[in-house]
Amino acid sequence: MMLSRKNPFSTWQCIGLALLLCLLIFAVGEWLLYHASPTAQHLSESFQTPNSAAPLGKDQFGRDMLARLAAALRLSFLLALLSVFSAAILGVSAGICAAWRGGWVDSLLNFIVNTVLALPGLVLVLLFAAIVPGSFAMLYVAISLVLWVEYFRLVRAVSKTVINGAPVQASRLFGFGRWYIVKRHIWPAIRANVLSLAAFGAATSIIMLSSVGFVYVGLKPPTAELGLMIVELFPYYSDAPWLLAQPLIVLALLVLGFQLLAGSRS
Amino acid sequence: MKHILWRRAWQALLMAWSVATLTFILLRSLPGNDMAYRIAAGRYGDDAVSAAAAQAVSQELQLQQSAWLQYGHWLADLLTLNLGNSLVTGAPVVDELSHQLGYTLVLAAAAILVAVLLAIPLGLWSGFKAGGTVDNGILVGSVLVRAQPVFTLGLLLIFMFALGLGWLPVAGFREPQYVVLPALTLGLSLAAIANRVVRNSTVQVLNSAYYEFAQLKGLSPTRAFWRHGLRNVLVPTLAFMGIQLIGLVEGVIMIESLFAWPGIGHGLSHAVFARDIPMLQGTALVMGLLFVLVNTLVDISCYWLDPRSREP
Repeated sequence: MMLSRKNPFSTWQCIGLALLLCLLIFAVGEWLLYHASPTAQHLSESFQTPNSAAPLGKDQFGRDMLARLAAALRLSFLLALLSVFSAAILGVSAGICAAWRGGWVDSLLNFIVNTVLALPGLVLVLLFAAIVPGSFAMLYVAISLVLWVEYFRLVRAVSKTVINGAPVQASRLFGFGRWYIVKRHIWPAIRANVLSLAAFGAATSIIMLSSVGFVYVGLKPPTAELGLMIVELFPYYSDAPWLLAQPLIVLALLVLGFQLLAGSRS
Repeated sequence: MKHILWRRAWQALLMAWSVATLTFILLRSLPGNDMAYRIAAGRYGDDAVSAAAAQAVSQELQLQQSAWLQYGHWLADLLTLNLGNSLVTGAPVVDELSHQLGYTLVLAAAAILVAVLLAIPLGLWSGFKAGGTVDNGILVGSVLVRAQPVFTLGLLLIFMFALGLGWLPVAGFREPQYVVLPALTLGLSLAAIANRVVRNSTVQVLNSAYYEFAQLKGLSPTRAFWRHGLRNVLVPTLAFMGIQLIGLVEGVIMIESLFAWPGIGHGLSHAVFARDIPMLQGTALVMGLLFVLVNTLVDISCYWLDPRSREP
Protein backbone atom coordinates (compact mmCIF):
# COMPACT_ATOMS: atom_id res chain seq x y z
CA MET A 1 0.00 0.00 0.00
CA MET A 2 2.87 2.33 0.84
CA LEU A 3 4.39 1.65 -2.58
CA SER A 4 1.29 2.45 -4.56
CA ARG A 5 0.81 5.79 -2.85
CA LYS A 6 1.97 8.79 -4.85
CA ASN A 7 4.69 11.00 -3.46
CA PRO A 8 2.76 13.53 -1.36
CA PHE A 9 5.47 16.23 -1.62
CA SER A 10 5.96 18.64 -4.51
CA THR A 11 9.43 19.35 -5.87
CA TRP A 12 9.70 22.60 -3.89
CA GLN A 13 8.68 20.85 -0.71
CA CYS A 14 11.34 18.21 -1.32
CA ILE A 15 13.96 20.95 -1.74
CA GLY A 16 12.82 22.52 1.51
CA LEU A 17 12.98 19.19 3.29
CA ALA A 18 16.46 18.51 1.92
CA LEU A 19 17.63 21.95 3.04
CA LEU A 20 16.31 21.35 6.55
CA LEU A 21 17.86 17.89 6.70
CA CYS A 22 21.25 19.33 5.72
CA LEU A 23 20.99 21.94 8.46
CA LEU A 24 19.88 19.32 10.97
CA ILE A 25 22.75 16.99 10.04
CA PHE A 26 25.14 19.94 10.41
CA ALA A 27 23.71 20.84 13.83
CA VAL A 28 23.65 17.31 15.21
CA GLY A 29 26.86 16.20 13.49
CA GLU A 30 28.79 19.05 15.06
CA TRP A 31 27.50 17.99 18.46
CA LEU A 32 28.61 14.40 17.97
CA LEU A 33 31.88 14.82 16.09
CA TYR A 34 33.32 18.27 16.61
CA HIS A 35 34.46 18.97 20.12
CA ALA A 36 34.70 22.74 20.49
CA SER A 37 32.82 24.83 23.01
CA PRO A 38 30.54 27.53 21.58
CA THR A 39 31.37 29.80 24.51
CA ALA A 40 35.08 29.20 25.22
CA GLN A 41 36.99 32.43 24.50
CA HIS A 42 40.50 32.64 23.07
CA LEU A 43 41.13 36.34 22.81
CA SER A 44 44.47 35.89 21.07
CA GLU A 45 42.69 34.13 18.23
CA SER A 46 39.90 36.65 17.61
CA PHE A 47 38.89 37.18 13.96
CA GLN A 48 40.91 34.17 12.91
CA THR A 49 40.07 33.40 9.29
CA PRO A 50 38.85 29.90 8.45
CA ASN A 51 41.55 27.25 8.72
CA SER A 52 41.82 23.52 9.32
CA ALA A 53 41.43 23.85 13.09
CA ALA A 54 38.37 26.14 12.88
CA PRO A 55 36.70 25.59 9.49
CA LEU A 56 34.45 28.66 9.84
CA GLY A 57 36.91 30.91 11.65
CA LYS A 58 36.59 32.57 15.03
CA ASP A 59 34.54 35.53 16.20
CA GLN A 60 35.48 38.72 18.07
CA PHE A 61 36.18 36.79 21.28
CA GLY A 62 37.98 33.97 19.51
CA ARG A 63 35.01 31.64 19.90
CA ASP A 64 34.71 28.87 17.35
CA MET A 65 32.10 29.90 14.75
CA LEU A 66 31.33 26.35 13.65
CA ALA A 67 30.47 25.39 17.21
CA ARG A 68 28.44 28.57 17.70
CA LEU A 69 26.45 28.21 14.49
CA ALA A 70 25.64 24.58 15.25
CA ALA A 71 24.61 25.44 18.82
CA ALA A 72 22.40 28.27 17.53
CA LEU A 73 20.82 25.93 14.99
CA ARG A 74 20.09 23.33 17.66
CA LEU A 75 18.49 26.03 19.80
CA SER A 76 16.32 27.24 16.91
CA PHE A 77 15.30 23.70 15.96
CA LEU A 78 14.49 22.87 19.57
CA LEU A 79 12.36 25.96 20.04
CA ALA A 80 10.57 25.44 16.72
CA LEU A 81 9.88 21.80 17.53
CA LEU A 82 8.66 22.46 21.07
CA SER A 83 6.45 25.42 20.28
CA VAL A 84 4.99 23.94 17.10
CA PHE A 85 4.16 20.68 18.89
CA SER A 86 2.57 22.39 21.87
CA ALA A 87 0.68 24.83 19.69
CA ALA A 88 -0.56 22.08 17.36
CA ILE A 89 -1.74 19.79 20.14
CA LEU A 90 -3.44 22.62 22.01
CA GLY A 91 -4.92 24.22 18.90
CA VAL A 92 -6.18 21.00 17.30
CA SER A 93 -7.74 19.61 20.47
CA ALA A 94 -9.31 22.96 21.39
CA GLY A 95 -10.59 23.36 17.84
CA ILE A 96 -12.21 19.92 17.77
CA CYS A 97 -13.62 20.51 21.25
CA ALA A 98 -15.15 23.85 20.24
CA ALA A 99 -16.65 22.40 17.05
CA TRP A 100 -18.01 19.36 18.85
CA ARG A 101 -19.44 20.87 21.99
CA GLY A 102 -20.49 24.27 20.67
CA GLY A 103 -22.34 26.39 23.23
CA TRP A 104 -20.38 27.97 26.03
CA VAL A 105 -17.20 25.96 25.35
CA ASP A 106 -17.11 27.40 21.85
CA SER A 107 -17.84 30.92 23.08
CA LEU A 108 -15.16 30.76 25.79
CA LEU A 109 -12.50 29.43 23.43
CA ASN A 110 -13.41 32.04 20.83
CA PHE A 111 -13.11 34.75 23.44
CA ILE A 112 -9.61 33.56 24.38
CA VAL A 113 -8.60 33.40 20.73
CA ASN A 114 -9.89 36.91 20.05
CA THR A 115 -7.93 38.19 23.04
CA VAL A 116 -4.72 36.67 21.71
CA LEU A 117 -5.42 37.90 18.19
CA ALA A 118 -6.13 41.45 19.35
CA LEU A 119 -2.40 42.00 19.85
CA PRO A 120 0.26 41.54 17.18
CA GLY A 121 2.20 38.37 17.99
CA LEU A 122 5.56 40.05 18.38
CA VAL A 123 4.17 42.55 20.93
CA LEU A 124 2.85 39.64 22.99
CA VAL A 125 6.21 37.86 22.80
CA LEU A 126 8.01 41.07 23.82
CA LEU A 127 5.69 41.55 26.81
CA PHE A 128 6.34 37.98 27.93
CA ALA A 129 10.06 38.44 27.36
CA ALA A 130 9.93 41.46 29.64
CA ILE A 131 8.38 39.48 32.50
CA VAL A 132 11.31 37.06 32.80
CA PRO A 133 14.28 38.44 30.83
CA GLY A 134 16.57 35.99 29.10
CA SER A 135 14.38 32.96 29.71
CA PHE A 136 14.06 30.31 27.02
CA ALA A 137 10.98 28.83 28.72
CA MET A 138 9.15 32.17 28.67
CA LEU A 139 9.87 32.67 24.96
CA TYR A 140 8.64 29.15 24.33
CA VAL A 141 5.39 29.81 26.19
CA ALA A 142 4.85 33.13 24.44
CA ILE A 143 5.53 31.80 20.95
CA SER A 144 3.30 28.76 21.48
CA LEU A 145 0.57 31.07 22.73
CA VAL A 146 0.80 33.09 19.51
CA LEU A 147 0.92 30.03 17.26
CA TRP A 148 -1.93 27.85 18.59
CA VAL A 149 -4.58 30.33 17.49
CA GLU A 150 -4.06 29.51 13.81
CA TYR A 151 -4.62 25.79 14.39
CA PHE A 152 -7.70 26.46 16.47
CA ARG A 153 -9.37 28.62 13.85
CA LEU A 154 -8.63 26.25 11.00
CA VAL A 155 -9.54 23.05 12.83
CA ARG A 156 -12.71 24.52 14.28
CA ALA A 157 -13.96 25.65 10.87
CA VAL A 158 -13.15 22.37 9.10
CA SER A 159 -14.31 19.98 11.80
CA LYS A 160 -17.60 21.81 12.19
CA THR A 161 -18.61 20.87 8.66
CA VAL A 162 -17.20 17.36 9.05
CA ILE A 163 -19.08 16.70 12.30
CA ASN A 164 -22.37 17.83 10.80
CA GLY A 165 -21.79 15.77 7.66
CA ALA A 166 -23.46 12.48 6.78
CA PRO A 167 -20.43 10.17 7.26
CA VAL A 168 -20.01 11.22 10.89
CA GLN A 169 -23.75 10.89 11.50
CA ALA A 170 -23.55 7.34 10.12
CA SER A 171 -20.55 6.49 12.29
CA ARG A 172 -22.36 7.81 15.32
CA LEU A 173 -25.44 5.75 14.52
CA PHE A 174 -23.23 2.67 14.25
CA GLY A 175 -22.14 3.44 17.78
CA PHE A 176 -18.52 4.30 17.10
CA GLY A 177 -16.79 6.26 19.85
CA ARG A 178 -15.47 9.80 19.73
CA TRP A 179 -11.85 8.78 19.35
CA TYR A 180 -12.75 6.71 16.29
CA ILE A 181 -14.58 9.64 14.72
CA VAL A 182 -11.66 11.98 15.38
CA LYS A 183 -9.22 9.48 13.93
CA ARG A 184 -11.20 8.36 10.87
CA HIS A 185 -13.17 11.45 9.94
CA ILE A 186 -11.72 14.64 11.37
CA TRP A 187 -7.97 14.03 11.25
CA PRO A 188 -7.87 13.08 7.53
CA ALA A 189 -9.79 16.27 6.72
CA ILE A 190 -7.40 18.56 8.59
CA ARG A 191 -4.10 16.68 8.24
CA ALA A 192 -2.66 18.43 5.19
CA ASN A 193 -3.51 21.90 6.49
CA VAL A 194 -2.21 21.17 9.98
CA LEU A 195 1.12 19.96 8.62
CA SER A 196 1.41 23.02 6.39
CA LEU A 197 0.58 25.26 9.36
CA ALA A 198 3.20 23.44 11.42
CA ALA A 199 5.92 24.21 8.86
CA PHE A 200 4.84 27.86 8.67
CA GLY A 201 4.71 27.98 12.46
CA ALA A 202 8.26 26.66 12.70
CA ALA A 203 9.44 29.45 10.39
CA THR A 204 7.50 32.01 12.45
CA SER A 205 8.92 30.78 15.75
CA ILE A 206 12.47 30.91 14.40
CA ILE A 207 11.92 34.44 13.12
CA MET A 208 10.44 35.48 16.48
CA LEU A 209 13.34 34.02 18.46
CA SER A 210 15.92 35.76 16.28
CA SER A 211 13.90 39.00 16.29
CA VAL A 212 13.82 39.29 20.09
CA GLY A 213 17.50 38.29 20.10
CA PHE A 214 18.22 41.01 17.56
CA VAL A 215 16.61 43.79 19.62
CA TYR A 216 18.59 42.43 22.56
CA VAL A 217 15.68 41.47 24.80
CA GLY A 218 15.67 37.72 24.16
CA LEU A 219 18.23 35.22 25.33
CA LYS A 220 21.32 36.73 26.90
CA PRO A 221 24.97 36.46 25.82
CA PRO A 222 27.00 34.26 25.68
CA THR A 223 24.19 32.03 24.37
CA ALA A 224 24.72 31.22 20.72
CA GLU A 225 21.50 32.38 19.08
CA LEU A 226 21.20 33.54 15.47
CA GLY A 227 19.63 36.97 16.07
CA LEU A 228 21.99 37.68 18.93
CA MET A 229 24.99 36.61 16.84
CA ILE A 230 23.93 38.95 14.04
CA VAL A 231 23.65 41.96 16.35
CA GLU A 232 26.93 41.07 18.10
CA LEU A 233 28.87 40.67 14.88
CA PHE A 234 27.36 43.72 13.18
CA PRO A 235 29.93 46.23 14.58
CA TYR A 236 32.70 44.24 12.88
CA TYR A 237 31.12 44.20 9.44
CA SER A 238 33.98 46.00 7.73
CA ASP A 239 36.76 44.03 9.46
CA ALA A 240 35.15 40.64 9.06
CA PRO A 241 32.15 40.61 6.70
CA TRP A 242 32.52 36.84 6.33
CA LEU A 243 31.75 36.47 10.05
CA LEU A 244 28.50 38.44 9.90
CA ALA A 245 27.50 36.62 6.72
CA GLN A 246 27.46 33.24 8.48
CA PRO A 247 24.50 33.69 10.85
CA LEU A 248 22.66 35.71 8.17
CA ILE A 249 22.94 32.88 5.64
CA VAL A 250 22.07 30.15 8.14
CA LEU A 251 19.00 32.05 9.36
CA ALA A 252 17.78 32.69 5.80
CA LEU A 253 18.31 29.03 4.81
CA LEU A 254 16.48 27.82 7.90
CA VAL A 255 13.45 30.05 7.31
CA LEU A 256 13.49 29.29 3.57
CA GLY A 257 13.57 25.55 4.29
CA PHE A 258 10.48 25.68 6.47
CA GLN A 259 8.62 28.00 4.09
CA LEU A 260 9.33 25.75 1.11
CA LEU A 261 8.27 22.72 3.13
CA ALA A 262 5.00 24.44 4.00
CA GLY A 263 4.21 24.77 0.31
CA SER A 264 1.88 27.37 -1.16
CA ARG A 265 -1.51 27.19 0.42
CA SER A 266 -2.99 30.45 -0.79
CA MET B 1 -20.75 49.25 8.70
CA LYS B 2 -21.91 49.55 12.29
CA HIS B 3 -21.10 45.88 12.72
CA ILE B 4 -17.51 46.44 11.54
CA LEU B 5 -16.98 49.32 13.96
CA TRP B 6 -18.43 47.40 16.92
CA ARG B 7 -16.29 44.40 16.19
CA ARG B 8 -13.13 46.49 16.00
CA ALA B 9 -14.03 48.46 19.14
CA TRP B 10 -14.38 45.14 20.96
CA GLN B 11 -10.97 44.10 19.64
CA ALA B 12 -9.45 47.35 20.92
CA LEU B 13 -10.99 46.74 24.35
CA LEU B 14 -9.67 43.18 24.55
CA MET B 15 -6.27 44.39 23.43
CA ALA B 16 -6.12 47.10 26.08
CA TRP B 17 -7.20 44.65 28.77
CA SER B 18 -4.58 42.05 27.87
CA VAL B 19 -1.81 44.64 27.66
CA ALA B 20 -2.81 46.07 31.03
CA THR B 21 -2.97 42.62 32.61
CA LEU B 22 0.39 41.50 31.26
CA THR B 23 2.10 44.72 32.32
CA PHE B 24 0.47 44.40 35.74
CA ILE B 25 1.89 40.89 36.11
CA LEU B 26 5.24 42.35 35.13
CA LEU B 27 4.83 45.05 37.77
CA ARG B 28 4.07 42.48 40.47
CA SER B 29 6.96 40.28 39.42
CA LEU B 30 9.53 42.96 40.20
CA PRO B 31 11.32 41.86 43.35
CA GLY B 32 10.42 43.36 46.73
CA ASN B 33 10.07 47.08 47.04
CA ASP B 34 12.03 47.63 43.85
CA MET B 35 9.10 49.46 42.31
CA ALA B 36 9.06 52.15 44.98
CA TYR B 37 12.80 52.70 44.63
CA ARG B 38 12.54 52.93 40.88
CA ILE B 39 9.73 55.45 41.00
CA ALA B 40 11.59 57.45 43.65
CA ALA B 41 14.67 57.45 41.43
CA GLY B 42 12.57 58.63 38.52
CA ARG B 43 11.09 61.46 40.58
CA TYR B 44 13.92 62.77 42.70
CA GLY B 45 16.94 61.73 40.67
CA ASP B 46 19.25 58.80 41.28
CA ASP B 47 21.30 60.58 43.94
CA ALA B 48 18.34 61.51 46.09
CA VAL B 49 16.95 58.02 46.51
CA SER B 50 16.81 56.84 50.10
CA ALA B 51 14.81 54.31 52.03
CA ALA B 52 12.65 57.16 53.33
CA ALA B 53 11.90 58.45 49.84
CA ALA B 54 10.99 54.97 48.67
CA GLN B 55 8.76 54.55 51.72
CA ALA B 56 7.00 57.83 50.96
CA VAL B 57 6.42 56.82 47.36
CA SER B 58 5.18 53.43 48.44
CA GLN B 59 2.69 55.08 50.84
CA GLU B 60 1.53 57.66 48.34
CA LEU B 61 0.95 55.19 45.52
CA GLN B 62 -0.47 52.55 47.87
CA LEU B 63 2.01 49.95 46.74
CA GLN B 64 1.35 47.89 49.87
CA GLN B 65 -2.26 47.15 48.95
CA SER B 66 -3.48 43.73 48.00
CA ALA B 67 -2.86 42.57 44.46
CA TRP B 68 -6.50 42.68 43.40
CA LEU B 69 -6.98 46.21 44.67
CA GLN B 70 -3.84 47.30 42.85
CA TYR B 71 -5.07 45.56 39.70
CA GLY B 72 -8.32 47.52 39.98
CA HIS B 73 -6.39 50.77 40.32
CA TRP B 74 -4.17 49.81 37.40
CA LEU B 75 -7.18 49.25 35.14
CA ALA B 76 -8.91 52.40 36.41
CA ASP B 77 -5.78 54.44 35.62
CA LEU B 78 -5.82 53.02 32.13
CA LEU B 79 -9.50 53.89 31.65
CA THR B 80 -8.80 57.50 32.58
CA LEU B 81 -5.77 57.43 30.24
CA ASN B 82 -3.46 58.06 33.17
CA LEU B 83 -0.45 56.15 31.91
CA GLY B 84 2.02 57.48 34.48
CA ASN B 85 5.62 58.58 34.00
CA SER B 86 8.46 56.79 32.31
CA LEU B 87 10.76 55.17 34.85
CA VAL B 88 13.78 56.05 32.76
CA THR B 89 13.26 59.64 31.66
CA GLY B 90 10.63 60.64 34.22
CA ALA B 91 8.58 62.37 31.53
CA PRO B 92 4.86 61.57 31.26
CA VAL B 93 4.32 58.51 29.05
CA VAL B 94 1.61 60.29 27.08
CA ASP B 95 4.05 63.04 26.03
CA GLU B 96 6.66 60.53 24.92
CA LEU B 97 4.05 58.57 23.00
CA SER B 98 2.66 61.58 21.17
CA HIS B 99 6.22 62.46 20.17
CA GLN B 100 6.92 58.93 18.90
CA LEU B 101 3.58 58.32 17.21
CA GLY B 102 4.20 60.87 14.45
CA TYR B 103 7.40 59.12 13.41
CA THR B 104 5.74 55.72 13.39
CA LEU B 105 2.83 56.95 11.29
CA VAL B 106 5.20 58.51 8.75
CA LEU B 107 7.16 55.27 8.50
CA ALA B 108 4.06 53.07 8.27
CA ALA B 109 2.46 55.26 5.59
CA ALA B 110 5.65 55.36 3.55
CA ALA B 111 6.04 51.58 3.84
CA ILE B 112 2.47 50.95 2.72
CA LEU B 113 3.00 53.31 -0.22
CA VAL B 114 6.14 51.44 -1.27
CA ALA B 115 4.34 48.11 -0.87
CA VAL B 116 1.38 49.23 -3.00
CA LEU B 117 3.59 50.74 -5.70
CA LEU B 118 5.59 47.51 -5.91
CA ALA B 119 2.97 44.83 -5.32
CA ILE B 120 0.14 45.93 -7.60
CA PRO B 121 2.15 46.45 -10.83
CA LEU B 122 4.31 43.37 -10.23
CA GLY B 123 1.31 41.25 -9.27
CA LEU B 124 -0.73 42.35 -12.30
CA TRP B 125 2.23 41.83 -14.59
CA SER B 126 2.86 38.28 -13.39
CA GLY B 127 -0.89 37.60 -13.33
CA PHE B 128 -1.24 38.54 -17.01
CA LYS B 129 1.82 36.47 -17.89
CA ALA B 130 1.04 33.62 -15.49
CA GLY B 131 3.44 30.71 -15.90
CA GLY B 132 5.90 32.73 -17.96
CA THR B 133 9.48 33.77 -17.23
CA VAL B 134 8.45 37.05 -15.62
CA ASP B 135 5.99 35.28 -13.33
CA ASN B 136 8.56 32.71 -12.24
CA GLY B 137 11.25 35.33 -11.80
CA ILE B 138 9.03 37.42 -9.54
CA LEU B 139 8.02 34.27 -7.65
CA VAL B 140 11.63 33.37 -6.91
CA GLY B 141 12.36 36.97 -5.89
CA SER B 142 9.36 37.00 -3.53
CA VAL B 143 10.34 33.67 -1.97
CA LEU B 144 13.88 34.90 -1.36
CA VAL B 145 12.70 38.17 0.21
CA ARG B 146 10.18 36.32 2.37
CA ALA B 147 12.86 33.94 3.63
CA GLN B 148 14.59 36.88 5.30
CA PRO B 149 13.39 38.08 8.65
CA VAL B 150 12.64 41.77 8.14
CA PHE B 151 15.70 42.94 10.09
CA THR B 152 18.03 40.84 7.92
CA LEU B 153 16.48 42.42 4.86
CA GLY B 154 17.12 45.82 6.44
CA LEU B 155 20.75 44.91 7.11
CA LEU B 156 21.23 43.81 3.51
CA LEU B 157 19.76 47.07 2.22
CA ILE B 158 22.01 49.04 4.59
CA PHE B 159 25.02 47.20 3.22
CA MET B 160 23.94 47.79 -0.33
CA PHE B 161 22.66 51.38 -0.38
CA ALA B 162 24.22 53.01 2.67
CA LEU B 163 27.62 51.39 3.13
CA GLY B 164 28.31 50.13 -0.38
CA LEU B 165 26.92 52.80 -2.68
CA GLY B 166 26.72 55.57 -0.10
CA TRP B 167 23.43 56.87 -1.52
CA LEU B 168 21.48 56.99 1.71
CA PRO B 169 22.22 57.50 5.40
CA VAL B 170 22.48 54.38 7.57
CA ALA B 171 20.26 55.40 10.46
CA GLY B 172 18.72 58.46 12.05
CA PHE B 173 15.70 60.66 11.48
CA ARG B 174 16.45 64.31 10.84
CA GLU B 175 16.12 64.69 7.06
CA PRO B 176 13.49 63.24 4.73
CA GLN B 177 16.00 60.89 3.07
CA TYR B 178 16.36 59.03 6.38
CA VAL B 179 12.93 57.48 5.92
CA VAL B 180 13.80 55.94 2.55
CA LEU B 181 15.68 52.83 3.69
CA PRO B 182 13.37 51.83 6.58
CA ALA B 183 10.29 52.36 4.40
CA LEU B 184 11.87 50.45 1.52
CA THR B 185 12.71 47.51 3.79
CA LEU B 186 9.26 47.32 5.28
CA GLY B 187 7.57 47.91 1.94
CA LEU B 188 9.62 45.20 0.23
CA SER B 189 8.78 42.63 2.89
CA LEU B 190 5.07 43.44 2.62
CA ALA B 191 5.14 43.50 -1.18
CA ALA B 192 6.82 40.08 -1.32
CA ILE B 193 3.59 38.54 -0.02
CA ALA B 194 1.11 41.01 -1.48
CA ASN B 195 2.28 40.71 -5.09
CA ARG B 196 1.51 36.97 -5.02
CA VAL B 197 -2.00 37.67 -3.75
CA VAL B 198 -2.55 40.23 -6.50
CA ARG B 199 -1.20 37.74 -9.02
CA ASN B 200 -3.45 34.91 -7.87
CA SER B 201 -6.59 37.00 -7.83
CA THR B 202 -5.69 38.46 -11.24
CA VAL B 203 -5.41 34.94 -12.65
CA GLN B 204 -8.74 34.07 -11.07
CA VAL B 205 -10.47 37.14 -12.50
CA LEU B 206 -8.99 36.71 -15.99
CA ASN B 207 -10.27 33.13 -16.15
CA SER B 208 -13.73 33.92 -14.81
CA ALA B 209 -16.91 33.71 -16.86
CA TYR B 210 -17.89 37.37 -16.32
CA TYR B 211 -14.53 38.57 -17.57
CA GLU B 212 -14.76 36.43 -20.66
CA PHE B 213 -18.23 37.80 -21.26
CA ALA B 214 -16.96 41.37 -20.93
CA GLN B 215 -14.42 40.66 -23.64
CA LEU B 216 -16.89 38.80 -25.85
CA LYS B 217 -19.30 41.68 -25.85
CA GLY B 218 -16.58 43.72 -27.51
CA LEU B 219 -14.95 45.79 -24.77
CA SER B 220 -11.34 46.68 -25.46
CA PRO B 221 -8.83 44.87 -23.21
CA THR B 222 -8.09 48.06 -21.28
CA ARG B 223 -11.74 48.87 -20.77
CA ALA B 224 -12.64 45.32 -19.84
CA PHE B 225 -9.94 45.24 -17.23
CA TRP B 226 -10.71 48.71 -15.90
CA ARG B 227 -14.46 48.11 -15.60
CA HIS B 228 -14.60 44.41 -14.71
CA GLY B 229 -11.16 43.34 -13.61
CA LEU B 230 -9.47 45.79 -11.28
CA ARG B 231 -12.09 46.00 -8.57
CA ASN B 232 -12.46 42.23 -8.39
CA VAL B 233 -8.70 41.89 -8.11
CA LEU B 234 -8.49 44.40 -5.31
CA VAL B 235 -11.15 43.01 -2.95
CA PRO B 236 -9.43 39.70 -2.08
CA THR B 237 -6.08 41.47 -2.07
CA LEU B 238 -7.28 44.00 0.49
CA ALA B 239 -8.93 41.35 2.64
CA PHE B 240 -5.77 39.28 2.61
CA MET B 241 -3.62 42.30 3.34
CA GLY B 242 -5.71 42.88 6.44
CA ILE B 243 -4.37 39.61 7.80
CA GLN B 244 -0.86 40.36 6.62
CA LEU B 245 -0.77 43.83 8.17
CA ILE B 246 0.18 42.15 11.42
CA GLY B 247 3.50 41.90 9.61
CA LEU B 248 3.51 45.69 9.22
CA VAL B 249 3.14 46.23 12.97
CA GLU B 250 5.75 43.60 13.82
CA GLY B 251 8.01 44.96 11.09
CA VAL B 252 7.71 48.48 12.51
CA ILE B 253 9.10 47.25 15.84
CA MET B 254 12.09 45.56 14.23
CA ILE B 255 12.81 48.20 11.61
CA GLU B 256 12.60 51.14 14.02
CA SER B 257 15.03 49.38 16.33
CA LEU B 258 17.39 48.62 13.46
CA PHE B 259 17.37 52.10 11.92
CA ALA B 260 17.15 53.99 15.24
CA TRP B 261 13.91 55.56 14.00
CA PRO B 262 12.42 57.20 17.11
CA GLY B 263 8.92 55.72 16.86
CA ILE B 264 6.68 53.58 19.00
CA GLY B 265 8.39 50.31 18.07
CA HIS B 266 11.78 51.68 19.03
CA GLY B 267 10.25 52.86 22.32
CA LEU B 268 8.70 49.43 22.89
CA SER B 269 11.89 47.45 22.46
CA HIS B 270 13.79 49.91 24.64
CA ALA B 271 11.09 49.76 27.31
CA VAL B 272 11.37 45.96 27.36
CA PHE B 273 15.13 46.25 27.65
CA ALA B 274 14.99 48.76 30.51
CA ARG B 275 11.94 47.13 32.14
CA ASP B 276 10.28 50.54 32.03
CA ILE B 277 6.79 49.30 32.82
CA PRO B 278 4.69 52.45 32.21
CA MET B 279 6.44 53.03 28.88
CA LEU B 280 6.03 49.36 28.04
CA GLN B 281 2.31 49.54 28.68
CA GLY B 282 1.98 52.78 26.72
CA THR B 283 3.92 51.65 23.67
CA ALA B 284 2.26 48.21 23.58
CA LEU B 285 -1.14 49.92 23.80
CA VAL B 286 -0.37 52.28 20.93
CA MET B 287 1.04 49.41 18.83
CA GLY B 288 -2.14 47.46 19.53
CA LEU B 289 -4.33 50.46 18.68
CA LEU B 290 -2.40 50.99 15.45
CA PHE B 291 -3.07 47.36 14.60
CA VAL B 292 -6.80 47.73 15.29
CA LEU B 293 -6.90 50.98 13.32
CA VAL B 294 -5.23 49.47 10.27
CA ASN B 295 -7.61 46.51 10.42
CA THR B 296 -10.58 48.86 10.60
CA LEU B 297 -9.34 50.80 7.57
CA VAL B 298 -9.01 47.54 5.64
CA ASP B 299 -12.52 46.48 6.64
CA ILE B 300 -13.96 49.83 5.59
CA SER B 301 -12.16 49.80 2.25
CA CYS B 302 -13.43 46.28 1.53
CA TYR B 303 -16.92 47.45 2.43
CA TRP B 304 -16.57 50.42 0.14
CA LEU B 305 -15.10 48.43 -2.78
CA ASP B 306 -17.45 45.47 -2.64
CA PRO B 307 -21.17 46.36 -2.84
CA ARG B 308 -22.10 42.75 -2.00
CA SER B 309 -20.90 43.20 1.58
CA ARG B 310 -23.28 46.13 2.05
CA GLU B 311 -26.37 43.99 1.64
CA PRO B 312 -27.78 42.72 4.91
